[in-house]
Amino acid sequence: MDIEAAKSLAIAIVMGVGAIGPAIAIGLIGSRGADAIGRNPEAAPKVQTAMILAIAFAEAIAIYALVIALILKFVE
Amino acid sequence: MTEISIRAEEIFRIGGWPVTNAVLLSTVAVLLLAAGALLLRLRLALLPARLQAVAELFLDGTLGIMDAVLGSRALSEKYLPLVATIFLFVLTSNWLGLFPGVGPIGIVPPAPEIGHGSIQLIPLFRAPASDLNFTIALAVISVLAVNLLGVVAIGAGKHFGKFFNVRSPLELFTGCLEFISELVKIVSFSFRLFGNVFAGEVLLVVVTFLVPYLIPLPFLFLEIFVGFIQALIFAMLTLVFTAMAVLGHDREPSVEHQKA
Repeated sequence: MDIEAAKSLAIAIVMGVGAIGPAIAIGLIGSRGADAIGRNPEAAPKVQTAMILAIAFAEAIAIYALVIALILKFVE
Repeated sequence: MTEISIRAEEIFRIGGWPVTNAVLLSTVAVLLLAAGALLLRLRLALLPARLQAVAELFLDGTLGIMDAVLGSRALSEKYLPLVATIFLFVLTSNWLGLFPGVGPIGIVPPAPEIGHGSIQLIPLFRAPASDLNFTIALAVISVLAVNLLGVVAIGAGKHFGKFFNVRSPLELFTGCLEFISELVKIVSFSFRLFGNVFAGEVLLVVVTFLVPYLIPLPFLFLEIFVGFIQALIFAMLTLVFTAMAVLGHDREPSVEHQKA
């Protein structure tokens, strides 16, 4: 395997594996948020704020993987 | 396909200082905000005009959110400048980066820099947050300000006692963790903003390359939303960390205090 192929493979693995955790996390946060809003619709704005913040934290993990992938791809 | 470069390109130099296209656009953002502030200040009236009404709406909403975290209006007004400035600056620079003409308008470099037989355009403007220097600077400012405000509010001994504590081995250990988390904050602050905005740029370039018309539109909306959310998150996190620093250990900040 030459270096170029190894690099492409590494990018794909970084992004694919790095997206698993945040995907599960965002799914859980979203489902619990929908649960909470369903139980207590008046609290929807509060729940949404906390939900969006938590989603952003979970998403940040995927973004780290993405940054690594981008660096691998675009930095010589 | 347009060449994607992870670092901002140099446009010209002032003295020995290179001025990159990201610096250029963030200067535009600063000038816009300053002009808006001056205009608002000059036309201040008891009966608010349209611009002033919008500003008051924004200020009221921001103070409301800050009240919920900090617990009192006096504290909110004290820390409003830091939080609101970060929010407005990041929001303006993110949205300016989506303007038509930010990518395509540029200068063609002189002959020696043309490589691979194709002429590469150097964009005149670039979304500031898609340059890591911008986001790291903001993150350092935010973390330093949080620590400074903490020292001013509860005293240097108490504030740094959180990090260096020899009362018991356990507290020494948690102090070390606190110290590391302070450094990690800079990394996560800067990479979150940089990653989101740069990924947005790459996404838009790729989508526009695949289907030039109509299809990129929803992605532009997505980027407008992401730009807003990231500005909100940067400001919110600064606010929450400030609250943790200035309220000390005894009064933990909570979102439950929110007044209806």
